[in-house]
Amino acid sequence: MKNKMKLALITIVVSQVVGCASLGVQPWERDLLAKEEMALNAEGVDLSLDDHIYFSKEATSGGRGFAGGGCGCN
Amino acid sequence: MQLTKKTNIAAQLATATCVLLGSAQTHAAPTTSGEWQFDTAILYYGETDRVSLVEGVVSATKDFGDDHIFNGKITYDGLTGASATGAVAQDAVQTFSRPSGKGGYQVAANTTPLDDTFRDSRVQLNANWAQPFSSGIAGGVGVHISKEYDYFSAGLNGNLSFDFNQKNTTLSVGSSFQYDQIDPVGGKPIGLSSMPMRPYSDYDDDDEQSESENSDEFYDSAFTTQYQSREKSADKNTLDVLVGLTQVLNRRTIMQVNYGLSVADGYLNDPYKLLSVVDTTGVTQDIVFEERPDTRTKHNIFWQTKYAMNNGVVDVSYRYMQDDWDIKSHTVESRLRFNVGESGYLQPHFRYYRQGAAEFYRPFLLANEALPEYASADYRLGEMTAYTLGIKYGQKRANGDAWAVRLEYYQQNPQNAGFAEPEALQQQDLYPSIKAMVLQFNYSF
Repeated sequence: MKNKMKLALITIVVSQVVGCASLGVQPWERDLLAKEEMALNAEGVDLSLDDHIYFSKEATSGGRGFAGGGCGCN
Repeated sequence: MQLTKKTNIAAQLATATCVLLGSAQTHAAPTTSGEWQFDTAILYYGETDRVSLVEGVVSATKDFGDDHIFNGKITYDGLTGASATGAVAQDAVQTFSRPSGKGGYQVAANTTPLDDTFRDSRVQLNANWAQPFSSGIAGGVGVHISKEYDYFSAGLNGNLSFDFNQKNTTLSVGSSFQYDQIDPVGGKPIGLSSMPMRPYSDYDDDDEQSESENSDEFYDSAFTTQYQSREKSADKNTLDVLVGLTQVLNRRTIMQVNYGLSVADGYLNDPYKLLSVVDTTGVTQDIVFEERPDTRTKHNIFWQTKYAMNNGVVDVSYRYMQDDWDIKSHTVESRLRFNVGESGYLQPHFRYYRQGAAEFYRPFLLANEALPEYASADYRLGEMTAYTLGIKYGQKRANGDAWAVRLEYYQQNPQNAGFAEPEALQQQDLYPSIKAMVLQFNYSF
């Protein structure tokens, strides 16, 4: 049962990745995506400050970027 | 004209950050050499009765033309306050040695033991360079160096990204190596060894602390030897690998999936964390230092989607983490940006976090049981949920500068991961909640 679940999950992931080839927009349709606030790392200063707080208060770090914290707070 | 230039640089900055963090580069417009762009922030973080932190950041970015971008960043933080040692509360006054061995402190009955000598300042420097190599291929390198009183960290990272499918799909791979050295106050304690206690019972309270620290007659030679024989420093290496896929789904939606592997090797203990060893009734018999394994391998899956509304942005993300300490965690986060008027925006922020306990997490040890190989009572390795609620308001000024202010509330709720509590501990709050406020100002020019 677990294996079937795994297989189903892998199938979904692979189909999504393959499906990527047909997704997307033409260069002239990037008006909204090109906005500063649509960048995946918009507000980078806030994100790095948050990472520092959560790195020092929780057992998890990274994900968006590298997991290393560079401080002795954890 | 000025406005356009600023906007471009900001977009480049975001792109550069993307690349250097190991994320995908999503858009890039050809540009000419620009002016320096500065992003600054000051943040206050304050916990009720515990730690408070002030952190300042100045980040400077310049496009030297054709997306050859340099970013330098300096971060300073100053920390004061008290943090939980890991020892349990008792119904009597408890006495602990300071980490330095110079003096001690007392904790009132029915109070979670906190070490209030927590005081540090840290300076971190980051430098990053990003540039395209050929059509559809870009890369970046970065370094960081960070120093605080008892800690030093230096790291290198590199990243490559490959655009295909008309730049609708980007694959990125990145790696970082970090070296950390810790010089614990009082030296490196031996894991699970008893905390040295002075042969006296006349420990001073905080107000008289400085007096006791200066008093040589205060030390018993056997007591002092325990500190002198300790190693002075310890280190660890951390290697990260990050693979990311970014996909434009349609005109309004972009999605990212990252897989991150992080392997740490070396001294992973917190030298200041303690455990209480209690008898079957829950009364403390001994206090020992924690001991963690000397390797840790973490796996992260991170998914993020952003959707452009007509008047704002929806940003949702989910992260799953699992490591070989048997910690599993889930993080869900969302930011909803609503544009207000011509140049402002209001952005509520929500974050929920849940983690399971490390396999060696113990809220306390039992005196009638053999010492385990590893044990830590650090609540940050225990079972916990946490949430953040925040609001941010930002505005772009007529001259192209931008400012923002955000206010957040963060609460951690540690929980019992299934440990039976002896009688004397049942009346104690072994898993107190931690409540914090965050206030931040940003200014970009």
